[in-house]
Amino acid sequence: MASHYEAPIRKPLVTGDKSYHDVTVDVAAPVEGTANREWWIVFGIALTAFLYGVGCIIYTISTGIGTWGLNKTVGWAWDITNFVWWVGIGHAGTLISAVLLLFRQKWRMAINRSAEAMTIFSVIQAGLFPIIHMGRPWLAYWVLPIPNGFGSLWVNFNSPLLWDVFAISTYLSVSLVFWWTGLLPDFAMIRDRAVRPFQKKIYSLLSFGWSGRAKDWQRFEEVSLVLAGLATPLVLSVHTIVSFDFATSVIPGWHTTIFPPYFVAGAIFSGFAMVNTLLIIMRKVSHLENYITVQHIELMNIVIMITGSIVGVAYITELVIAWYSGVEYEQYAFLNRATGPYWWAYWSMMTCNVFSPQFMWFKKLRTSIMFSFIISIVVNIGMWFERFVIIVTSLHRDYLPSSWTMFSPTFVDIGIFIGTIGFFFVLFLLYARTFPVIAQAEVKTILKSSGEKYKKLRDAHE
Amino acid sequence: MPTKKTYWKSVDQLEGNNPMIQDLKQNEFVEKLPVESDSESDPGTSRRDFLKYVGFSTAAATLAACEGPVIKSVPYVVQPERIIPGIANYYATTIADGFDFASILIKTREGRPIKVESNKIASTNNSANARVHASVLSMYDTLRLQGPMANGIDVSWEDFYLQIEAKLKAMAVTNKSIVLLTQTLASPTTQSIIDAFIARYPNVRQVTYDTISEDATVQAFENIYGIRAMADYDFSKAHSIVSVAADIVGDWQGGGFDKGYSQARVPKGGAGKKMMSKHFQFESNMSLSGANADHRVPATPNELKNILASIAAQILGKTDTSTLKESHQKQVANAVKSLRAAGKKGVLVTGIDEVAAQELVLAVNQKIASEAFEPEFPKLTRQGNTQEVLQLFKDIQSKKVNGLITFGVNPLLTLAEGPEMTASFKELDLSLAFVSKEDETAAAAQYVAAVPHYLEAWGDYELKKGHYALSQPTIKPLFDTQQFQDVLLKLSGSSASYYERLKTYWNNAILFGASWNQTLHDGYIHRDVEGISPQNAVDVSKQITSLATTEEAEMQLVLYTKTGMGDGQQANNPWLQEFPDPVTRVSWDNYLSISKKDADRIGLKNINIANGALNGSYAKITVNGKSLTAPVLIQPGQALGSVGLALGYGERMGLKEEMQVGVNAYPLYLGQNKTQDVTISPADGYHEFACVQLHNTMMGRGDIVKETTLEIFNTKDSYYWNPVPEVSKNHMEMPVTSPEVDMWQEFDRSIGHHFNLSIDLNACTGCGACVIACHAENNVPVVGKTEIRKSRDMHWLRIDRYYSSDATFEEDLDKKENISGLGDSLTTFGKMEQAAENPQVTFQPVMCQHCNHAPCETVCPVAASSHGRQGQNHMAYNRCVGTRYCANNCPYKVRRFNWFLYNQNDEFDYHMNNDLGRMVLNPDVVVRSRGVMEKCSMCIQMTQKTILDAKLEGRQIKDGEFQTACSNACDSGALVFGDINDKESQVAQLKEDSRMYHLLEHVGTKPNVMYQVKVRNTDQS
Repeated sequence: MASHYEAPIRKPLVTGDKSYHDVTVDVAAPVEGTANREWWIVFGIALTAFLYGVGCIIYTISTGIGTWGLNKTVGWAWDITNFVWWVGIGHAGTLISAVLLLFRQKWRMAINRSAEAMTIFSVIQAGLFPIIHMGRPWLAYWVLPIPNGFGSLWVNFNSPLLWDVFAISTYLSVSLVFWWTGLLPDFAMIRDRAVRPFQKKIYSLLSFGWSGRAKDWQRFEEVSLVLAGLATPLVLSVHTIVSFDFATSVIPGWHTTIFPPYFVAGAIFSGFAMVNTLLIIMRKVSHLENYITVQHIELMNIVIMITGSIVGVAYITELVIAWYSGVEYEQYAFLNRATGPYWWAYWSMMTCNVFSPQFMWFKKLRTSIMFSFIISIVVNIGMWFERFVIIVTSLHRDYLPSSWTMFSPTFVDIGIFIGTIGFFFVLFLLYARTFPVIAQAEVKTILKSSGEKYKKLRDAHE
Repeated sequence: MPTKKTYWKSVDQLEGNNPMIQDLKQNEFVEKLPVESDSESDPGTSRRDFLKYVGFSTAAATLAACEGPVIKSVPYVVQPERIIPGIANYYATTIADGFDFASILIKTREGRPIKVESNKIASTNNSANARVHASVLSMYDTLRLQGPMANGIDVSWEDFYLQIEAKLKAMAVTNKSIVLLTQTLASPTTQSIIDAFIARYPNVRQVTYDTISEDATVQAFENIYGIRAMADYDFSKAHSIVSVAADIVGDWQGGGFDKGYSQARVPKGGAGKKMMSKHFQFESNMSLSGANADHRVPATPNELKNILASIAAQILGKTDTSTLKESHQKQVANAVKSLRAAGKKGVLVTGIDEVAAQELVLAVNQKIASEAFEPEFPKLTRQGNTQEVLQLFKDIQSKKVNGLITFGVNPLLTLAEGPEMTASFKELDLSLAFVSKEDETAAAAQYVAAVPHYLEAWGDYELKKGHYALSQPTIKPLFDTQQFQDVLLKLSGSSASYYERLKTYWNNAILFGASWNQTLHDGYIHRDVEGISPQNAVDVSKQITSLATTEEAEMQLVLYTKTGMGDGQQANNPWLQEFPDPVTRVSWDNYLSISKKDADRIGLKNINIANGALNGSYAKITVNGKSLTAPVLIQPGQALGSVGLALGYGERMGLKEEMQVGVNAYPLYLGQNKTQDVTISPADGYHEFACVQLHNTMMGRGDIVKETTLEIFNTKDSYYWNPVPEVSKNHMEMPVTSPEVDMWQEFDRSIGHHFNLSIDLNACTGCGACVIACHAENNVPVVGKTEIRKSRDMHWLRIDRYYSSDATFEEDLDKKENISGLGDSLTTFGKMEQAAENPQVTFQPVMCQHCNHAPCETVCPVAASSHGRQGQNHMAYNRCVGTRYCANNCPYKVRRFNWFLYNQNDEFDYHMNNDLGRMVLNPDVVVRSRGVMEKCSMCIQMTQKTILDAKLEGRQIKDGEFQTACSNACDSGALVFGDINDKESQVAQLKEDSRMYHLLEHVGTKPNVMYQVKVRNTDQS
């Protein structure tokens, strides 16, 4: 349990003179209130995009993958780009809630709930792609090692795609359990405040009968710690395994041992950027500026800057190793990446991922909310391009020049991507109106030590 | 002590005589049963009945609803002799469509012809090209005529005969002239039938018309040797081949020379003294021959005439009146030197459409007594007479000719003047077309006689003097058709069928006691006849002077025929439309090929759009006031000042809309001369090409197509010219093939069969017969132009074509090796993407390499791709879920994905979308569904058949028995397939050959397909 003392030089994590009750009221407000016009507009847009995406998916499944822009040489493009992009975004949640928990970073408490929600919603988007990119998605269950009546057919445990199946499903289930565990006391809080019977019924179901006894709290703490311990290796393993899709192949530009750390750094990078994008808006809309403070944004910006630089080092390492390897195919793959027909994708990636985070060295910029928001968008554009560059520019010109060609997306490729963005926001917007978006129970544990009100009280006593 | 116990059920029973008890004893049931017979007393339906009815009707309705899709199959009531379901029958026959003449074998399954193979034992014309391989599909064409027609109305054959006979008789009485216009028949029996027909109707005369004319050659031969024929050439006997505008590997003089050509192209002989032929090619368009030549010299048609005149003058020792460019002089000197050095082993050939040129070639070959030159037994497959044909059409216009009967030709389309002729053709008293499609001539004719496809017909041919071939039906005619010969016989008043006449004629005039059945079985017979000898000498000086022209032309057009389309009579064949041209690799189109410099000068462009697809600007071509607009393709190697355009394409009748591609170049084929003076001007817009290879150069990647020169090959160690790539382990360089650097465990492959395929890059001419054979054998779908344009061709076997970006591939390699620094590599690689002005060309057939360490196998999550005991990389279509990971991870990019449903889908309205077209499908190979990956299977259905046959017969398998569709179709011997565990087999020896290498060996995939290093005979000695 947190001590009630914190060094005076540390800035308060909860600003405004918030009492315990204030916290409860602030967190419950979006759930108990009604949606404003802006929410409905944004929700409407997201829902439209989602439905358009559903239409494109139905068209793909009923007609064939030929509705996409793929060809004999480039067998993956937007599908797997989107998959890796969404999985990457999903990394921030677990990192914030699990790794920062183990490292006792208290500032995570204001953001971990939403970061985890983002994780789950983006992993759902990610999980769509490996299924719909299949030529025969109705047979997708064949990638699961389930006993079957087809004879002795079994999955191929050598295939990185199979590892993906395990990695993603494990990640999704652990994240979901972790998220829900944290939600229990908060759901209970809303249940206890609910006045309408229906609402009360729902939240009692969601809170799994949380009673707030000391035993409940003790088990809650234990489970959180255990799950954090379980989830931490997942942060590293999921994107490592995703990177194996490429790293274990024989295609120049894919066959790279640097991929696992590089992908994990990139994933954290894009995940934090997405958390920034979402929370900068949410803190404003849901009036949570006192919980998600500029300090939170600054800290996340620092993580973005560090991971962005790691990614930058990885990009440059790739080039150096390609040159150093002396393998002409490897050399050409990277030369082509930077200067070939897709140079614009490469340099978009470089600009967005390597150059733009460097602005965060300046305190003025990293504490500017508007600037942080812009950079967070730029970083996610850059990270999308990174995956596109890795996948498409490696494939479109590989070993035999006779098969070299180009890729250009169709409206279906684009539609499905937009659809997943829509789906993601539909889920997140619903979440923002029905879930306690801040782990208020946890925030309350640090209120005495890190709350501005109590810090002031303490100062007055000294 | 058994006592019979009785149990009582009620007290009443004890009384014994209770009437109710007595009743119960008598009746089985307590209550009266409600049965039908009682309906009088109880008319209502009982509950029991109701349940019965409900039960029955529910069950009946359920069963009726359960009916699955019904596929009607008609079983044999009486099983035909020789047709065993599942077992193929082969028949020898001959194709002679006026353009292609070849002895072939037809594979039939359950009575359906499904595949064409070369009749390898035939004594001549025994190699089937891509078009011949595809011709089986043309039989299952939905647009074929299904019966005779009179004035556009379907009639019965009886009516048809009555009407025609009446007309013929009426015209005979008034002595109105009728012309019988035929393709080159080369058929002794048909000729005798025509003669009999002419005897009956003396007002009929015969004119022979070749759609693609070799008139100059035939005329020159007639001038010197006295008969209308063409000298034969056997390039396997040549050490030095000098070709001036003769596409000897392609369709020059009827084609079929590539088999002999390839034999001499493979270095043979003792170690260090291996020999191969040396090939000089002077030409305007980049032809297959130019692509295969050791020295290719681009020149305009006018320059080519001078070049030939100069070569002839030098060899024959006459005054050289030619005017040559300096660069040409040097090359001509080299060619002459090489010819002289070769002596009798030299040969000169030309494709110039001028009698003078053709006569000079005859004179030169006579002079050097070329062994490759065989005028004694000439080819009879082109006999058309252009003069007579042109005169005929003037006569029709001036009404000197009143009737025209055509067979095997479509003059209203293929003659330059054809379209203008239509009006006067329609005014003829009698016009009768023997056709299988409603083409332009048939549409304008009064009478249309539907003839069968050659696979439904009888026929005989003298392809070459003394070399006879037979055609036999391989299926009952699908439609109400009659053979030309049968119709003529009937009109001549004969009651015999063509078959009877054929057999009688052969027994009397050809077989002389040889067995008819055996000959029919073999499909050919060779009779010893006396060869012909020269009757006249060539007036050499005169011909040199007449050839050595000083004419100047701004731009010259060279018309040619494409490997896939020929003269265009099979334009409705989707296999051939989708077949990529071996040189340009463009499918579904013809185009104006032009050099880069000329294109830049005129302002014509080729561009690649966002998805890589190729677009070309349009150009207006004007010949003698006639003009047409064609898309432009920039062709490396095209002679400056010349353009090329293929015949056989364009919009016309009897073609599905999908097949109406390209432009019709026949209107420019003036006087049946392939070269025309033209003017080219840019036209608006861009044309969308469907090109399967969008990158033309090898980027200096020397380990893709390894090549060397004959001198280095003979003098240096194979380590020098065919090094195995090395990798470092513990600071020791080791070959990548050594087990020490292998991360995988090797299986024991010494037991059973282990299949390997060897591809000799020296023998491969790029002819593409294997591509079509693979298409036919493996039910590969046709996807159409728009899909090909999206780089989604489905061919399991492709022939990559690379151009050098410097003058030679060797220079490309040097250039790449000598790159220094980043800036230099950027500019150099940029330049290497462009082909040279006159590049070296190389062909490389690529199919699944059946890697022993296959990258595709490890990545498939459902193990749909797995390795076979015999070395094949299998693809289990049923298991495939379509992740395409295997295709991405394939270094050779040979895997093909079913992006859509390609069969029974109206979006892909090709042969797999109609019942007739589907008859060509090979029942041994599954038709793939949407969403699965497919690729070369190494024709496992064929190897398994061989194994099972040998097992049934209890014998060992002989070398050569194992074949794949491609190796079987490869007459040049480039593709050799077999079992390397059979140490005596040819393929096992090829595996040990010093020229052997594996494609991308350094990746460590250990393929079961191997290549033989290409050796070029480019050393000037």
